[in-house]
Amino acid sequence: MKPLSLFNRILILIAALTIIPSYFTPLWQISLWAPQYPEGLNMKIWIDHLSGNVDQINGVNHYIGMRHIGDEMFPEFCFLIYVIGGLIAMGLAAFVIGRRWSLYGFFALIALFGMGVLVDMYRWGYQYGHNLDPKAAIKVEGMSYQPPLIGYKELLNFLAYSGPDTGSWILIGGACLLILAIVRDKMEKSIPLTK
Amino acid sequence: MKKNVWLLAIGLIAVALAPSCKPKGAQSAITGDAASKVYVAPGTHDEFYNIVSGGFNGQMSVVGLPSGRVFKILPVFSVHPENGWGFSEETKPMLNTSHGFVPWDDLHHIAISMTNAEHDARWAFGNANNTPRIARVDLTSFKTVEILEIPNSAGNHSSPFITQNTEYVVAGTRFSVPVGENSDVSIDSYKENFKGYISFIGVDPKTGDMDLSFQIEAPPFNFDLARAGKNKSHGWFFFSTYNTEMAHTLLEVNASQKDKDFIMAVNWKKAEEYVKAGKGKKVKAKYAHNKMNEETHTATSTIMEEVLVLDPTELKDIVYFIPCPKSPHGTDTDPSGEYIVGSGKLAAVIPVFSFTKMLAAIENKDFEGDVNGMPVLKYESVLHGEVEKPGLGPLHTEFDGKGFAYTSMFVSSEIVKWNIETLEVVDRVPTYYSVGHLMIPGGPTGKPHGKYMVAYNKITKDRYLPTGPELTQSAQLYDISGDKMQLLLDFPTIGEPHYAEAFPAALIKDKQVKFYPLEKNNHPYALKGVADARVERKGNEIHVYMTSIRSNFRPDNIEGVNVGDVVYFHVTNLEQDWDVPHGFSIKGANTAEILIMPGETSTYKWTPDRPGVFPFYCTDFCSALHQEMQGYLRVSPKGVNTPLKYSTGEAQ
Repeated sequence: MKPLSLFNRILILIAALTIIPSYFTPLWQISLWAPQYPEGLNMKIWIDHLSGNVDQINGVNHYIGMRHIGDEMFPEFCFLIYVIGGLIAMGLAAFVIGRRWSLYGFFALIALFGMGVLVDMYRWGYQYGHNLDPKAAIKVEGMSYQPPLIGYKELLNFLAYSGPDTGSWILIGGACLLILAIVRDKMEKSIPLTK
Repeated sequence: MKKNVWLLAIGLIAVALAPSCKPKGAQSAITGDAASKVYVAPGTHDEFYNIVSGGFNGQMSVVGLPSGRVFKILPVFSVHPENGWGFSEETKPMLNTSHGFVPWDDLHHIAISMTNAEHDARWAFGNANNTPRIARVDLTSFKTVEILEIPNSAGNHSSPFITQNTEYVVAGTRFSVPVGENSDVSIDSYKENFKGYISFIGVDPKTGDMDLSFQIEAPPFNFDLARAGKNKSHGWFFFSTYNTEMAHTLLEVNASQKDKDFIMAVNWKKAEEYVKAGKGKKVKAKYAHNKMNEETHTATSTIMEEVLVLDPTELKDIVYFIPCPKSPHGTDTDPSGEYIVGSGKLAAVIPVFSFTKMLAAIENKDFEGDVNGMPVLKYESVLHGEVEKPGLGPLHTEFDGKGFAYTSMFVSSEIVKWNIETLEVVDRVPTYYSVGHLMIPGGPTGKPHGKYMVAYNKITKDRYLPTGPELTQSAQLYDISGDKMQLLLDFPTIGEPHYAEAFPAALIKDKQVKFYPLEKNNHPYALKGVADARVERKGNEIHVYMTSIRSNFRPDNIEGVNVGDVVYFHVTNLEQDWDVPHGFSIKGANTAEILIMPGETSTYKWTPDRPGVFPFYCTDFCSALHQEMQGYLRVSPKGVNTPLKYSTGEAQ
């Protein structure tokens, strides 16, 4: 198969490097606002831990019987560092190989990873929002408390927001570079270079 | 018929004119758009914090300006059943004195900490008038964290004024008293046996911790108020005195005989040198030093045994007297430190003294006499000039930083604005009624914020809806940004405010403690989680290690307590969130409730007096299930062996 242009290879390299900040920046955030919490409660999900107002969120949510959020609730924290590491390695490999299939392959991996994260978040949110303590003090008939996957949602007196945080935004930027590389590569293919 | 019409017309005119014949009194109306100037829209904040003394309630109140809204009653020298101050085991030592536990005092004056003659607003100091003490309040937690008793003092009125870098807080005695071992003396022997002690309390520049550095043994006058020199007069302190007649009975008459009393000028830098040179004399004196530890959330009280005294009759050049007409109350220094204003409450003029002239008079030995060997300077040599016909009963003076002084007039019930240089009166406004202290934000500092002025009045009468014989005290807010003072707002206050200070809210509002971190809670009975909640018996003491978190106590069912036991509830509030205190009280308790701040541990002592089952509950509406936050404690008769048992909140 055709080798990639140097520029596209560099785009792959940059995209691979944009995954590195995932180790030092929060990947996901969940925020809650209520009349009593004008300043908001914010929880951040990192590669291997949680931070922010987790205790306050737990304090508030125990009334409706939601499970206690803690690091132990996320088995992903044990292996995510390796998955991300693997992604970086694949990106570097794609850069070194420098073939069209390596670009497509790397993009496919990133896209799969992104979808995997969303599916996983949905699964967690569903569990967290539906798996309620039957002895909870406040039970609202037919009500579940699944947080939004992305965006805003009203849950009783709270407005909840869920969405990517710094690390993910950088990663999404990297994925966009890969799309740019694919588009450029297509154009180079369809418009033969004339001398 | 025609004549009758004329008569009727004349009669009507007479009736119409009659009320206007009465000369106009102090009834000025609001002019201009005053309302919008004091309107702080919902959800927005006031521009200034105003820390206001509570007078006979022994507390401070925290007020916003320009709205006049009260945010907090801050307990200092008086017990406060509302939050358990002086009732919880941890806070009781704060009110300990050499006389034992004193649950009340009279707090007159506020001093806000300064650096370079400007407010840094780290601490607020307040004085206890009756059982002499000085308190320090931390303005990040709005909590009294230290109280120091002042020995050899009585009526700690001339206090707690501070130097421009908060090097010292002073405490001058209003009552001169006999001190030392032989204080059982005839009151007639006032002149020989009574002394007027002035205390200089050092303040640690980092921690704020106070230490009674030295006392000056002054003549037996009444020391009324004080103000530190600043900027060019930094290093000096000025104390107003009355009763230089040294009367001990019917002072109303006997202490009002002399045309002039004194402002006592103290060269405290010189005094400091004498202390360093070992010229002080250690004297036995008992006084309490109480400190709150913010990590154990517990106060300790230490009884101190001695104090260092300087004798200004031996150590020359510390103390000089400036004659001042007549029974001066306030003595205030202008922002530059050059002018010292004495407000003689029975005087017809306001004398303004010059610091430069004072130094020259000392240099030239321009003396007109002495008091026990301490020089009395010549009035004319020190005088910058007199404000003529200012009004009646001048008490206190504040400054706007624009060259003007504002003096409160108790008797004529007004505030008079005058030019410091030319001494001309430029404006006057009525107050409602009989103003005592007045206050301009930053007014006593080198950098006043000359925008607002507040009058704290002594008489209220008809200003508000009447509430029987006892009325609130009234205050008025004026706009002083223009040439003319303009009345903006009339608002009721808490207790009986005397002095107050105000500073820009921006200095501290982002530094506020929101909760106490649990991991730093070193209280010996603190719990870090619900797992350790338990009950232990030690002889006849029952110690309940209790947690509170929305919305339960653990344990909440306790049995095995007998009449004759003393129960200590050590309640830790496990919340780590702002504005989630929990309260605690139990039926029949002879104390008060306690409010436990998030992350804090507080101890409630209870002695059951009869068998039965006693409910306890959370007294601060904390959550949707606040009414469920409760428990029971069973008390068995003395000698009945009910096993000690407690449940920690398993769902039934």
